[in-house]
Amino acid sequence: MKQIAIVSGKGGTGKTTLSSSLGILFDNAILADCDVDAANLNLMFNSKVLEKHEYYGGKKAIIDHEKCNNCGICKKICRFEAIVFDGSYKVDPYACEGCNACVISCPQNAIKLEESLSGKFYYSTSETKNIVHGNLTPGEETSGGLVAEVRKLAIEKAKSLKKEIVLIDGAPGIGCPATSSIAATYFVIIVTEPTSSGIHDLKRIIDTVRHFKRDFAIVINKYDINEKISKEIESFCQKENIPILGKIPFDETVENAILESKPIVIFKDSKAAKAIMEIYKKLIKIIKKEEKV
Amino acid sequence: MKIAILSGKGGTGKTTISTNLAWTLSKIKSVQLLDTDVEEPNDHIFFDISFTHEENVELLLPVVDNNTCIRCGECSKNCQFGAISVFESGAMVFESLCHGCGVCKMVCPVNAITENPKSIGKIMLGKINENLKFGMGLLNIGEPSGVKIIRQLKKHIDNSAEIVIIDSQPGSSCPVVETLRNVDFAILVTEPTTFGLHDLKLAFELVSEMNIPSGIIINRDSSKTKIIDDFAAEKGIPILMRVPFERKIAKIYSEGKLFTEYFPDYQEKFIAVYETIKELVK
Ligand code: SF4
Ligand code: SF4
Ligand code: SF4
Ligand code: SF4
Repeated sequence: MKQIAIVSGKGGTGKTTLSSSLGILFDNAILADCDVDAANLNLMFNSKVLEKHEYYGGKKAIIDHEKCNNCGICKKICRFEAIVFDGSYKVDPYACEGCNACVISCPQNAIKLEESLSGKFYYSTSETKNIVHGNLTPGEETSGGLVAEVRKLAIEKAKSLKKEIVLIDGAPGIGCPATSSIAATYFVIIVTEPTSSGIHDLKRIIDTVRHFKRDFAIVINKYDINEKISKEIESFCQKENIPILGKIPFDETVENAILESKPIVIFKDSKAAKAIMEIYKKLIKIIKKEEKV
Repeated sequence: MKIAILSGKGGTGKTTISTNLAWTLSKIKSVQLLDTDVEEPNDHIFFDISFTHEENVELLLPVVDNNTCIRCGECSKNCQFGAISVFESGAMVFESLCHGCGVCKMVCPVNAITENPKSIGKIMLGKINENLKFGMGLLNIGEPSGVKIIRQLKKHIDNSAEIVIIDSQPGSSCPVVETLRNVDFAILVTEPTTFGLHDLKLAFELVSEMNIPSGIIINRDSSKTKIIDDFAAEKGIPILMRVPFERKIAKIYSEGKLFTEYFPDYQEKFIAVYETIKELVK
């Protein structure tokens, strides 16, 4: 079994468009939507939830006001500005990282840590696909941990269903959810767009993927929206010895497919679908080791 | 007035709205634009900025003196993040897991732990023009969380500015909460797709929970669907503005330019957005 992650420095570059389409093309794959801040893949496949799991990521401090004598030690000790004073001392649950420093410092033993429900994750199926996806409770911080849970469940399901591929729709950015999406994967596909900000984001995600020592290649989405910047990306990749897996043209059909929340490859004759088909073929070769990346 | 620009997911046009809004408003007011999307800051690409101030953002990481350490294991027992382990050779810190909370140092019975600052990113401040100040944060590659950078950047909010525009990280997780702290209004940027709606709901849930009044800007608006309008009507969220889907606007954006410079009628629209927000915040 091999894990392939599809990522982008920033959301909105067409990452989900590509992963949902590859999800259809790889008939022996399970999908893992690791964008737990904004999970969209299950919407694309109209899937039904079969299993629901709760994720207790972090702990939060709470103050017992019966015991507290307002000495203020906790506020001084907390490095995350999570203790606030408005007549009495309170924990701001959004800022609290559950480090326990206040608990062990409180002379009145008035503080304890409690488990908090940080999110949920699901196993869903549609006619054609099995998808594992998660939703972080808004405002929570431990999304990297939830991403890890989503991947763990996807791998479990892939093993029991004898799937060859786990296709990961990665979390955007370069922080902890993004790196949890790519750690220990077999191959990473970075999706980018030819915009000035796209290039900037691309370089940051490339550095991140390199930091984790993964094999990777680039897909340029909507490459013809600004051919000049596309060329810049290509020559940058050439210079850096980064393979380009494919280029997807701007295609109105994609906008319509997104409006209808359908994977673009369903519209077989569209320009974008054809480009993705080529990407898929190259990817198969890489997986079968016929082609070096 | 502090206005945060949010979007449930990336790529909905948050940067476009933040930069164009800040630039337009700076023609009539003094404005500060802060880019708190510290993982992928983009706002600076759209301006020619003279940076005048740079500072490091640091975490305090524990350092163990293994000659003093008696291998008691208290540090690893008390660390909530599995960031310190004790072996025969001594105690070892895993920097990428460490939150820099100071607990291990507090519990070590023989004071074998001291602390050393480690840079996790930086803050840059500067000026775009006389009326438009700028600030941004940048997370170092490989660092897990930019919350502390956002917190420190927000300490540089310029109280002399009449309007502060804060471009948030996408999503609705804790960096976004840090951005939203103490703002007066949140603009939710979305697009009229099933995804856009799904993510808009999460963002709206968050701002409602934090009691921050909000309004919607629909980007890449299309006459083909009314899903955002329906949701907004159901929840009573005002729609502040619509930007239609136009290849021309996308092209201008791709070149790192402001579309309001090319379409002056949008300058009026952005000013109207501000007037509406002023009424809503009252
Ligand atoms: S340290 Fe304990 S007693 Fe003192 S203010 Fe905090 S909770 Fe109250
Ligand atoms: S647990 Fe840590 S982060 Fe939370 S309030 Fe206590 S000291 Fe602050
Ligand atoms: S500073 Fe906190 S997170 Fe880091 S090793 Fe010590 S106890 Fe663990
Ligand atoms: S608490 Fe101090 S003495 Fe005990 S194992 Fe940790 S570093 Fe060593």
